[in-house]
Amino acid sequence: MIEARGLSKRYGDKLAVDDLSFTVRPGRVTGFLGPNGAGKTTTMRMILGLDRPTAGSVTVNGRAFADLYSPMREVGALLDAKAVHGGRSAYNHLLCLAQTNGIPRRRVGEVIGIVGLEDVAGKRSKGFSLGMSQRLGIAAALLGDPDVLMFDEPVNGLDPEGIRWIRLLMRSLAAEGRTVFVSSHLMSEMENTADHLIVIGRGTLIADCPMAEFTGDGAAQAATVKTPDDQRLAAVVTGAGGRLERGDGGELTARGLTAEQVGQLALDHGILLHYLAPVRVSLEEAFMELTADSVEYQAKTGVQK
Amino acid sequence: MTTAAMTVRTRAVPAAAKRPGLPGTLRSELTKIISVRSTYWTLLAFVAASIAWAVLDCAGTVSHGIGPAFNATEASLTGQVALGELIIVVLGALVITSEYSTGMIRTSLAVMPRRGVLYAAKAIVFAAVTLTISLVTSFVDFFVGQAILSSKHYNTTLGHPGVLRAILLTAAIAAIFGLLAYGAAAIIRHSAGAITSILGIVFLIPLLGQALPNAWFADLQRWLPGGGALEPIARSTASLDPHLFSAWGEFAVFSSYAVVLLALGAWSFIRRDA
Repeated sequence: MIEARGLSKRYGDKLAVDDLSFTVRPGRVTGFLGPNGAGKTTTMRMILGLDRPTAGSVTVNGRAFADLYSPMREVGALLDAKAVHGGRSAYNHLLCLAQTNGIPRRRVGEVIGIVGLEDVAGKRSKGFSLGMSQRLGIAAALLGDPDVLMFDEPVNGLDPEGIRWIRLLMRSLAAEGRTVFVSSHLMSEMENTADHLIVIGRGTLIADCPMAEFTGDGAAQAATVKTPDDQRLAAVVTGAGGRLERGDGGELTARGLTAEQVGQLALDHGILLHYLAPVRVSLEEAFMELTADSVEYQAKTGVQK
Repeated sequence: MTTAAMTVRTRAVPAAAKRPGLPGTLRSELTKIISVRSTYWTLLAFVAASIAWAVLDCAGTVSHGIGPAFNATEASLTGQVALGELIIVVLGALVITSEYSTGMIRTSLAVMPRRGVLYAAKAIVFAAVTLTISLVTSFVDFFVGQAILSSKHYNTTLGHPGVLRAILLTAAIAAIFGLLAYGAAAIIRHSAGAITSILGIVFLIPLLGQALPNAWFADLQRWLPGGGALEPIARSTASLDPHLFSAWGEFAVFSSYAVVLLALGAWSFIRRDA
């Protein structure tokens, strides 16, 4: 469990993180979402005690990071996959980390196996691809078999197979009851991974809610329809407060109404429908809508939930 | 605390017997320093330069003859003191700046957030490795040098007064200068910047001091970290320059610089954002 209370960080005259409060709970994947420069990495750095908050506090399992009894057994973090000494072999890199916390040498071999780096464990990490570096960073995070895992943009630069692998790994870690906190600026990535979302923009909290809720009410409802009688349907939909739009491909979308409402209207007015389906608002669209709002209302009155 | 979704899972790692601290971090830092090539190259350069200078200096003495300031111990050790220091400060700076330049520092602090422990462990391991190598090197310098000097019977032996002290202080001074560099590098954090600044302190400042009027420089020199003030360290007898402190006196001066920079470095390492 990670708890931030009134967390703020100022660099010079730039407020990178502004009064952020949230709780990351165990047993699920919590996505930490926001555009580049929103303050995600800064927040994670403060969680790890790398940066000192200007105001507020953040705890892991109820304690400040520096006060944890055995940090690696409680928190595993991957902030920057390239944050390793490139002249050191993958094995020695993991070994020197394990030794600080008295983690046995055999565990180094185990995590190398988990991430599939057996063939290159003795090689200097300088020559690693980004994907291999990400795996090495994840191996380091898993060394202490921690309850809390934190990944900053873990799928950056990965191929589809690597992305799938990380997604499954995060889901299984959460299924084991661990706290998994993963940041991304790619909304599409979160859609398939996270159960819960914390969204920030310009350092302030925009949303903290379950994934379903975020995509459900982030944007207006809509339904795709097919009908031979589009003139009448358009009139009826407009009469009910919505509007019917024809897309570039000729498909019709009823906006401002749910699929159920459109179906009911069609039945009431005896309009034949060939097809009716709810439009699932993508995370991307919901996110755009929310951050557009936060820009519109300007920093002080973000749409807090 | 919520009890939601608490599944029982087997532990892949045994619980910590005691709170991780200095012993484990010392092991970790030893692994770090011996697992990168720059350590070997720097120490090899240190050993090679020290011994090569001992050979050249002693061979030159054998062919040119000795003057009034000649000291057989100094002839064999002065290379390690003067040139070795300039090389060892590079290693002292690199052990800490390489963490910042590669980003490794963030990983290191994420596993050992007790920054004072990490800073101390790094310094101790670096000093121990340096001292071991430089102790062996200073004995090799001495015996090689004396073997060359013996052809004209200029040589001395370990049993003479002050000889063993000169060998041990020559070895120790490498670790002292290395720690001075380590402290400075913890403040500067940037390899090139740190190495340039430290070489400025231990090489350029004593050199620039010579531009001062002679009387001023004579009074100032003994307080400078390097240059002519290093002379008493390598000698078995007192320096002919009456303005310099004794070997132990100069050693105390250099150590004080190291202590001050280590303390400032610790403050910077512990307080500033990583």
